[in-house]
Amino acid sequence: MYPTDFDYHRPESVSDAVKLLKENPEAKVLAGGHSLLPVMKLRLAMPTALIDITRLSELSGVREDGDAVVIGANTTYSELMASDVIKQKLPFLVDAADQVGDVQVRNVGTIGGACAHCDPAADFPAIVLALDAEIKTVGSSGEQTHKASDFFVDMFTPRLEPDEVITEIRLPNVADIASATYQKFAHPASGYAIVGVAGVRTSGGDVRLTVTGSVPITTRLTAAEGEISGKDLNEANIKAAADKAGEGLDFVGDIHASDQYRAHLTRVFTRRALEKLAG
Amino acid sequence: MAVTKMFGASVKRREDSRMMTGRAEYTDDVRLTHTLHMCIVRSPYAHARIKSIDTSAAKSMPGVVAVYTGEDLKDDLGQVPCAWLIPDCNLKVPEYRAVAIDKVRFVGDQVAVVVAEDRYQAEDAADAVSVDYEPLDVVTNQEDALQDGAPQLYDDVPNNLAFQWKIGGGDFDAAFASADVKISQRFVNHRLIANAIETRGATVEYNPGSGRLTAWITSQNPHIHRFLISGATGIPETDIRIISTDVGGGFGSKIPTYAGEMLACAIARKLGAQVKWMETRRENYVTNAHGRDHIDYVDVAASKDGVVSGIRVNSFANHGAYLSTAAPGVPTWLFGTMLSGAYKIPNIDCTVNGVLTNTTTTDAYRGAGRPEATYILERVMDLVAHETGLDPVEVRRRNFIQPHEFPYTVATTLEYDSGNYEEALNQALQTVGYEDFRREQEQARAEGRLLGIGFSTYVEVCGLAPSAAAGAMGFQGGLWESSTVRMHPTGKVTAFTGASPHGQGEETTFAQLIADELGVPFHDIEIVHSDTDRIPFGWGTYGSRTTAVGGSAMVYASRRIIDKARRFAAHMLEVSVDDIDFNDGIFSVKGSPEQSKTIQDVCLAAYLAWDLPEGEHPGLEESYFFDPTNFTFPFGTHICIVEIEPDTGQIEIKRYVAVDDLGNVINPMIVDGQIHGGITQGIAQALYEYAVYDESGQLLTGSMMDYCVPKFHHVPTFELGRTVTPTPVNPMGLKGAGETGTIASTPAVVNAIIDALRPLGVKHVDMPFTSERVWNVIQERKGS
Repeated sequence: MYPTDFDYHRPESVSDAVKLLKENPEAKVLAGGHSLLPVMKLRLAMPTALIDITRLSELSGVREDGDAVVIGANTTYSELMASDVIKQKLPFLVDAADQVGDVQVRNVGTIGGACAHCDPAADFPAIVLALDAEIKTVGSSGEQTHKASDFFVDMFTPRLEPDEVITEIRLPNVADIASATYQKFAHPASGYAIVGVAGVRTSGGDVRLTVTGSVPITTRLTAAEGEISGKDLNEANIKAAADKAGEGLDFVGDIHASDQYRAHLTRVFTRRALEKLAG
Repeated sequence: MAVTKMFGASVKRREDSRMMTGRAEYTDDVRLTHTLHMCIVRSPYAHARIKSIDTSAAKSMPGVVAVYTGEDLKDDLGQVPCAWLIPDCNLKVPEYRAVAIDKVRFVGDQVAVVVAEDRYQAEDAADAVSVDYEPLDVVTNQEDALQDGAPQLYDDVPNNLAFQWKIGGGDFDAAFASADVKISQRFVNHRLIANAIETRGATVEYNPGSGRLTAWITSQNPHIHRFLISGATGIPETDIRIISTDVGGGFGSKIPTYAGEMLACAIARKLGAQVKWMETRRENYVTNAHGRDHIDYVDVAASKDGVVSGIRVNSFANHGAYLSTAAPGVPTWLFGTMLSGAYKIPNIDCTVNGVLTNTTTTDAYRGAGRPEATYILERVMDLVAHETGLDPVEVRRRNFIQPHEFPYTVATTLEYDSGNYEEALNQALQTVGYEDFRREQEQARAEGRLLGIGFSTYVEVCGLAPSAAAGAMGFQGGLWESSTVRMHPTGKVTAFTGASPHGQGEETTFAQLIADELGVPFHDIEIVHSDTDRIPFGWGTYGSRTTAVGGSAMVYASRRIIDKARRFAAHMLEVSVDDIDFNDGIFSVKGSPEQSKTIQDVCLAAYLAWDLPEGEHPGLEESYFFDPTNFTFPFGTHICIVEIEPDTGQIEIKRYVAVDDLGNVINPMIVDGQIHGGITQGIAQALYEYAVYDESGQLLTGSMMDYCVPKFHHVPTFELGRTVTPTPVNPMGLKGAGETGTIASTPAVVNAIIDALRPLGVKHVDMPFTSERVWNVIQERKGS
């Protein structure tokens, strides 16, 4: 519970942050810190320096940009829930963010932090993926934009170089979203997802379904999507699609929930997500 | 002056303002002038031989003052003590060194100690201590540990069996042979971790000039800590001051004397310094005594009309790697004696096997032995109902001890003080609307819903204890309690108790008692506890004894004050003592109430002592040592209603009704709080909390991320009720409230879950009822 020695930097700009990261290859970016600080206290992570970006206002806030909604990487869950843009354009995100951690976590934890950390049981990677988001990063080699589907590479492994930070998460074509939802079965102790399923239905009837918690890294439920896309969300179709949820995926298991149970819950929560999408 | 009667009033807790505003002084808050910081190097192996320890790198690190191995401290400190030496059971207390010398026996065992100028330096140096281990085979389960060929923890404890203890009465074999209904069931009462919000620690100051050692310790019983630390260090009791005034929860885990605080004291003396040791939450998980961990084989003899004639229990209690301070008494005396519950069971046969394994020690945890016994009995009543086709409520009624039968001696020899079990049951049934519920349940079952109701008509033993009983049980101490009540010249009162409240609210309830006894204003009374230099010797807080035993001492000390003050008042009013009335703080002459003196007037006169009655001494201060004649036996009925979601196995508690009989109640609000907390802890065992070890002895549930301490949203609104059957054992007629909720609630929840699963043919499933376990049961049953 006592971290090893580290330096602390609070840059004034994103470019300064990038410069510091370049100079300190063993440094970590500090945003909300809710995942980083506990592992440092357990000495499971021993960064030589922390680059604190929490006060960089250029990374904060939610705005509209044409058809897109753009969420600054430093936006906390609480800020997201309070955002008028979100309330109007993507009201399901208010409910989804409300399912993250507890009040303290929501007040400090950031959307960018959740994406950069890539925890296999985190909620927002699955939500961002279901929204087909683009994740913008900046590093010493300049700006990059990644599709969410390319960004979440593996457990705790984002497509992010050591000298890069996430600047914003761009949710395209929000006007095209007919309905969206996040359904979660939370671990009673940690609050993390044992299974979380995010679902988005476009006005054209396409359905995107993603899962977190039950698999090593958030992923699309392609078999279920294929079964339901373009079809009526009636009971029989929903059941047929939910039965295919997780097909072809490897599930994780631990003392709290076996892989079989997680596979089952993935089907249950896919069904619930689809029922919710049907309205 | 007139004082409103305080007994029975929901006065707000006076301790809360300092605790809620961050102004309490917990052990870690104590700031001395030049404190060194101690950190313990712990074994990562559950069982290993220590081949060598290299401390040289650690010793050379910045700020490091000292690094000690077990060998270095051999002459400074005796063993970590076991102080409940249960007789007639071939008890073997293995050697427990505060720092291991040649072998470690659980993950977290102490192997070295580092002292440095600050905590970070101490932690860094602890990381630099290099220990060469030879790992040995590991056993974590008590049944495995008894098998031939199992890894042996000690050379002198064959088969890891620390004791085999028996109690009983009647003839179980004969009852079983002739019974219509015979039930045999194995029950697992799994391991729990206390998780007090304040971890354990010690802030210690040793003054080489005076030879005095002052230690702020997270303790539920500072005098027992003083006694045992004196024995282990050789420092005379009179030179040790233990202070535990503000303690952030204990639940039993702060009863034992552990290696940590012993080391902090011994090292403070060795260095002539101030030493602080505060464990991390991670250390708290692996080193604080855990609770429960029984495997019980139970046989039941009953008639076809549901009357239980006998019960046999063969219990295997997992004690972990060593015998903690009170450990042997918990699964034996506090368990076996309670196997009659609220029922007339003439034939009882109980064997308890105390087993050592490569796990953290176990000891008292809220309820301590009694929840385990109650769990068995309340499950048994439901199993009898299942076998006989009777309603579980009816089975309980047919077995209850009846009100006119008290005092009632059960087959395990305890004499129950008072009770009216059916009255509490009836009130709870009425609150829950039992008949309506059964109709609703029938309807729900027809729709395929899994809705169930569970009962727990518990009784527990509280108010520990008559000292003669403690002696007979091998408890190496008395269990009386002490109090000194001191009136000051201005009429204010300081009352000292030997009990050691740490969240139970006695700074408030004891002041309520004294306000009534002395007739002084509540706010004029200060309660002092948990500082061995200020209080009289006392045994501390556990076993729901603080108010029942400690409160009695305070009431009797107050009555001695009134006896003396009455003589002084008679002298002042120039009448005989027999002519003095005392009401609400006023001494008056019988028949002429205008001739009177307030207790404050009398008190001032007693201190000025200008004109004393003949033969009297000045001052107004009295002490009382109260040793109860018996335990107390609170009881009640808890009813739980659950619904299971078939899709996920998730359980929703829809209602929870608790009707408790605690005798008289001093402060209903505080008691409600105790019951809320207790029920929550008991529900948690049924649904959320479980300690898990892997095969190599690593604790897999070693953090709050994995071990689910219940949160607000995990429990329902509690519907509380009370009946009142006073005990004759103490002057207040109260029984104790600290543990009832925990004891009662676990079986109520489990019985409700089994009832919900009954349409699937389920008779018994072991706790904990995680969603996955319930889902698996549903899948198996649907498949079969």
